[in-house]
Amino acid sequence: MGLDYFGERFTAACMATGTSSFADFLTTSAPHLLPGATVGGLGQGAGLDLPHGTTIVAASFDGGVMMAGDRRSTAGNMIAQRDIEKVFRSDDYSCVGIAGVAGIGLELVRLFQLELEHYEKLEGRSLSLEGKANRLSAFVRANLGGAMQGLVVVPLFAGYDAETQQGRIFSYDVAGGRYEEHKFHSIGSGSVFARGSLKKLYTDGMPADDAITVCMQALYDAADDDSATGGPDLTRRIYPVVATVTEDGFRRLTEEEAGGYARAVVDERMRSPAGPNAPLRQSS
Amino acid sequence: MPFYVSPEQQMKDKADYARKGIARGRNSVVIQYDEGILFVAPNPSGALHKISEIYDRIAFAAVGRYNEYENLRVAGVRYADTRGYQYDRADVTARGLANWYAQILGTIFTESNKPYEVEIVVAELGESAAGDQMYRITFDGSVADEHGFVAMGGQADQVSTVLKERYTEGMPLSAALSAALAALAGQGNGDQLEVAVLMRGRAHRAFRRLTGRRLEELLPAAADAGTGGGKGDGKPAAPEPGEAGTP
Repeated sequence: MGLDYFGERFTAACMATGTSSFADFLTTSAPHLLPGATVGGLGQGAGLDLPHGTTIVAASFDGGVMMAGDRRSTAGNMIAQRDIEKVFRSDDYSCVGIAGVAGIGLELVRLFQLELEHYEKLEGRSLSLEGKANRLSAFVRANLGGAMQGLVVVPLFAGYDAETQQGRIFSYDVAGGRYEEHKFHSIGSGSVFARGSLKKLYTDGMPADDAITVCMQALYDAADDDSATGGPDLTRRIYPVVATVTEDGFRRLTEEEAGGYARAVVDERMRSPAGPNAPLRQSS
Repeated sequence: MPFYVSPEQQMKDKADYARKGIARGRNSVVIQYDEGILFVAPNPSGALHKISEIYDRIAFAAVGRYNEYENLRVAGVRYADTRGYQYDRADVTARGLANWYAQILGTIFTESNKPYEVEIVVAELGESAAGDQMYRITFDGSVADEHGFVAMGGQADQVSTVLKERYTEGMPLSAALSAALAALAGQGNGDQLEVAVLMRGRAHRAFRRLTGRRLEELLPAAADAGTGGGKGDGKPAAPEPGEAGTP
């Protein structure tokens, strides 16, 4: 009845006491299902033109945190996909965005979502936000071998912390190092340009509405200077994925809502292509 | 120990042992209603659950020895998550899970010294009531495909009789709860309840525990809907702030 290798070893592993971590469970019972499990031996990225390139931005606002990502995936000089999604709900109170090799990144997100849900089902409670950030760290670390062969994946993680009642942002390096970011952060090939934009436009404690606009501006600027980042596609109505996480949970903006913000930004750029001007001197 | 025991005797002894163990515990009820499937279990503990979520549209209910059915629950969650990860979420079915449980329990029954003293129900929510499925798996690995309602535990016959009288297809939640409570009343089942549903119309995860105020609101409606019978209004178990499955 389609039991394939849900055989004795798997059954025994299921019945054994132990971990509430899905990834650890797979490691012992079915390691070939883990992402990057069959990566070894490629060497130097093997010159493969794997889909990659991105800008993901995250920013905290009054009452939570938001994340937005562009929709382009490139392989070499070709656009591999116009509407790829790179920002995901990891659970009800957190989200994750990925930069790097799309194939491995998507598997990583899928496994991470399952890891969080699995823990919740087994333990009867969700992990703390720090716990979630730590688990993601372990996943990134597990991909270090692949990363050294050129299959780099780096996530950006953000969530609502019920304890402190704030949004929090965490960035990672390829070795799995975890760094808490305050206010805003950006990752991906376009992050350099996005970060400059965010630096000038962001203010502390701004309302959600403004934070979303700031992130749209930042993504637009990234797309303006990085060929691997896509700007809003008004003809096809493909807009950045925008999500907010507040005490009410994760919410992804609808196409209309994201489109509203994107079009507002584009309309302004028609008049001022470089975007809003930051004042030269701060008036006190 | 006797020098030789006939296999029939051995199996009969094991079966009697398991049945006795299960009969010592409280009964539980699984019953279909218009928008889903309701699970009711008398449970004095607010933390140790008899009813649990396995997957998006699959839930698990058990009676018997706690550590044994807890083992099965954890195994079921791992099975479901692995299958869903390997293939797709839509490819995890209660039927597959029930068959897998049957294999496990059957093996334990025949091959180990002590059988599991458990009876479990695995239920899956369909797109409509016609698609709902309930499977009962007993200590020896027998699987039965059930319809409408399932009474679990030692006094299952008496509980079943009451359910048969009270059950109607497409009944609302309050009526289903009332029927379940009426069936469980007078069985010495106690007042603390664990109540959960698999509910249609919820995105992603259909399982939801009914506790605290939500349950209290349903109970008087249930008491009105029913003709009452014995101690029909059980008190809800203590509310859990961090419960899984809350919207």
